[in-house]
Amino acid sequence: MKFAVLEFPGSNCDHDCVHVLGTVLKQKVSLVWHEQDSLPAGTDLVVVPGGFSYGDYLRCGAVARFSPVMQAVVAHAKRGGLVWGICNGFQILTESHLVPGALLRNRDLRFLCQDVHLRIEGAGSAFTPAGSEGRVLRLPIAHGEGNYFCEADTLKALKDRGRIAFRYCDAKGELTPESNPNGSLQSIAGVLNDKGNVLGMMPHPERVAEAALGGTDGLVLFESVLATLSAHK
Amino acid sequence: MKQTTKTLPAPKVEAHPSDPEVNLALAREYGLSEAEWGRINGILGRKPTRTELGIFSVMWSEHCSYKTSKPHLKGFPTKGKRVMQGPGENAGVLDIGGGWATAFKIESHNHPSAIEPYQGAATGVGGILRDVFTMGARPIANLNSLRFGEVSDPHVRRLVQGVVAGIGGYGNCVGVPTVGGEAVFDPVYRDNCLVNAFALGVLPHERLIKGEASGVGNSVMYIGSTTGRDGIHGATFASGDLDAEAGEKRSAVQVGDPFMEKLLLEATLELIESGHLVGIQDMGAAGLTSSSVEMAFRGNAGIDLHVDKVPRRESGMVPYEVMLSESQERMLLVSKKGREKKVEAILNKWGLHASVVGKVTATGRHRVYDEGRLVSDLPIPALADDHHPDFPLAHRPTRRPAYLDKAQKLDLKKLKRPRDLKGALLKVLASPSVADKEWIFRQYDHQVRTNTLTKPGSDAAVIRVKENGKGLAMAVDGNGRYCLLDPRMGGRLAVAESCRNVAVSGAEPIGLSDCLNFGNPEDPGIMWQFAEVVKGMAEAARELGVPVISGNVSLYNQGPKGAIDPTPVVAAVGLLEPVKGELRPVPQWFKRAGDLVYLAGTTREELGAGEYLAVVHGLKKGVVPRLDLKAEAKLQKFCVASARKGLAQSAHDLSDGGLAVAAAECCVTGARHGAAEVGAVIELPQKGRADALLFGETPSRVLFSVSPADAKAFEALAKAQGVPLKKVGSTGGDRLRLACPDASLELGLTEIKGAYFGVFKGLD
Repeated sequence: MKFAVLEFPGSNCDHDCVHVLGTVLKQKVSLVWHEQDSLPAGTDLVVVPGGFSYGDYLRCGAVARFSPVMQAVVAHAKRGGLVWGICNGFQILTESHLVPGALLRNRDLRFLCQDVHLRIEGAGSAFTPAGSEGRVLRLPIAHGEGNYFCEADTLKALKDRGRIAFRYCDAKGELTPESNPNGSLQSIAGVLNDKGNVLGMMPHPERVAEAALGGTDGLVLFESVLATLSAHK
Repeated sequence: MKQTTKTLPAPKVEAHPSDPEVNLALAREYGLSEAEWGRINGILGRKPTRTELGIFSVMWSEHCSYKTSKPHLKGFPTKGKRVMQGPGENAGVLDIGGGWATAFKIESHNHPSAIEPYQGAATGVGGILRDVFTMGARPIANLNSLRFGEVSDPHVRRLVQGVVAGIGGYGNCVGVPTVGGEAVFDPVYRDNCLVNAFALGVLPHERLIKGEASGVGNSVMYIGSTTGRDGIHGATFASGDLDAEAGEKRSAVQVGDPFMEKLLLEATLELIESGHLVGIQDMGAAGLTSSSVEMAFRGNAGIDLHVDKVPRRESGMVPYEVMLSESQERMLLVSKKGREKKVEAILNKWGLHASVVGKVTATGRHRVYDEGRLVSDLPIPALADDHHPDFPLAHRPTRRPAYLDKAQKLDLKKLKRPRDLKGALLKVLASPSVADKEWIFRQYDHQVRTNTLTKPGSDAAVIRVKENGKGLAMAVDGNGRYCLLDPRMGGRLAVAESCRNVAVSGAEPIGLSDCLNFGNPEDPGIMWQFAEVVKGMAEAARELGVPVISGNVSLYNQGPKGAIDPTPVVAAVGLLEPVKGELRPVPQWFKRAGDLVYLAGTTREELGAGEYLAVVHGLKKGVVPRLDLKAEAKLQKFCVASARKGLAQSAHDLSDGGLAVAAAECCVTGARHGAAEVGAVIELPQKGRADALLFGETPSRVLFSVSPADAKAFEALAKAQGVPLKKVGSTGGDRLRLACPDASLELGLTEIKGAYFGVFKGLD
């Protein structure tokens, strides 16, 4: 299995994703510079990492969308390849129209770095273990613009097709106003594209992939991806 | 540019056409004294040009020259087996084993933050990060130490909101986690808040590089943002009181661009790694002036600069403005001969450019040319060498201030004993200086880079160093009230407490950086405070065997209503060794029910200068708690040893609010970190007045929780190391009971949480 992690000017979580994939999970992973117009041959999954690509100038993710490497990522996604956008990566995916919706400024207009609970939703995908719907994970968020929004018809389509991947919830899995940290529409924390091969999410699974860092719930998602990919090999 | 400059007689210095009349009045406007004006004329044997006067004024400003503090700072211990770079560079560097080192420093950005809180704080973070990465170190952790007036004051709220957002806005974007810090609130900081930023990085030994210009003929290159008129005379502004007109000096505050910083960071590390550089330095305070002067001085060289080659963002800038601009995110570097193109190629990868703006010379002079015209020609020793007779070291008079005798008097017998101890505890827990600071630190990304082992909210933040398998613990501390009431003892306590905060996590303190925040040193009373605090700090650092490797002095911290409390902020860094291949930092919170609770150290009836006295009795007075440095050293060694043996489940330093506050924090602060919320019964079998025993701040004490299975070994270790230890209780339940022979108090964890959490909610 081959993994690629994109590196834009201003990416901050690129090396964190490489650490989890390469050091923790012992996978083949390479960093791909934003000016490259193709992905390494045989790439199975592209991670679009967190950070402040291009300084978040204009709008988060708005400039990254036009980078050469994103054209290759769009092509990869069209071929059915897996793409995983985390935090700023999610913002880049919405700007690139690989997943629907937009990320607005947090409800309280402040940057938030804290642990949240997430409920696994939807019809399942490569990113979540089979039959895990309803399972609650504890992951950190760290963003100023994670307030998910989409139009009513998009929301309906997401729901109908089971493409809402995660919702913010409390420790028991209940959706409450207090457990929605940033004001996201219907507590949405992550969404899939229509085919289910592209995931965008605000929380950072790569930050809780080792017990020493206070949790391993993030590994659930990484391991699911590995299981899916190895099943297809 | 002529390569032969050094062999020709120096051309005559000319005034720039834009120069105003240069005289004493202009010198004064630039912050120079009459004596300094006379000294400049003497050194040059002529009147300076405006550019020269500007260069002198910033290089001789308190902020850049340390002319007042330097004679005192010589008392700090700065050597040790780990020290690879002591004070005097962009940051200090310590060996941490396995071929790796850590570079760190703390620095103030007080005046800019008081005027323009967001940008002031943001650029403070930017400046300290550059100090670290110009040493070749990748920054992996930030801390900050903040002081504000009372949080109920609308003016203060605006400052808190702006400063916190600024720190977060900058650090988050650069991708360096802000892993901890402290914030204290007291009316003395209302008009002059303190924003001290600390950054720490790691580097392989061979990547260490210094801010040196050497090798005659080597190119001096400018990289980063363009130069504008922002921040002109920032260093001078930082070297005077914050008077009523300070708001008009907003143009002396710079504006930050963290994205540019991130690019500079990556490009700089790649450049240093490439081996193309001789030296590199941040353009911080006094921008191009101080960076070029200091680099030439350290390299024992001269430097010629051509200001017309400096990239600008505004037109019509004159040499004086270019030399004094403090535009952010700029660096000066000296490349090896013939490597200019390679340097440029690396910068281009990151979307940056380099401009050759000068050459290293053998003249020992700092020369500035504009369109071929020599506009400044100064001897470097007079600007930068504090051992040179031309350098204006200030030996300012000191006098013990009169307020001390009265302020130190506190008759405990006349102090009313509180009938409601529980109410008193709730009040102290809700004091903004004591209460939970989540509102602040959740605005900081504290996990990026996936190294954070102990997140904000414990005595020390602990990160791992992936490269060598070790951990680094760090804490910032400094108690202005102690230093006001007894500067000598306050200085000792500041060092002791920050080291203790690190030691309780299990890490051995290995180095210090300090930021000394004081009022106007021209006041002999304040100068006395400064001298005494520094002496006290040096005594403690010596006794604890921890060198000071970097630091910063910030004077003139006073507004119209007077000076701040003398506030040294001490950053301590400790090394955490793996135990059986694992890093296991000890947190401050109780982990579970059924553990035994121990108090290490000796408790005395010391209520003076404490948080309880201030919050419950409204008194800022009394005798500062006594510190026995020998006992402190033993206690810290015990903390480290018990952690290495895996005997302590938790360890919390007793500080503001004493045993009662520490116990309450042990019960409720773990929940956020995935630990249990657990009550405790704690009985202190010691006679004395209950409020003094429960709230007194006798130093050198730590509250431990220990598994019953480890109790024997833990007690034996304390005995062997000569540390007084009492078993005082056990964990369990959902209430905290605190008792001493005279009185007791009991409260539910819900009550503790109600007081301790959410104090800053109103700032949203």
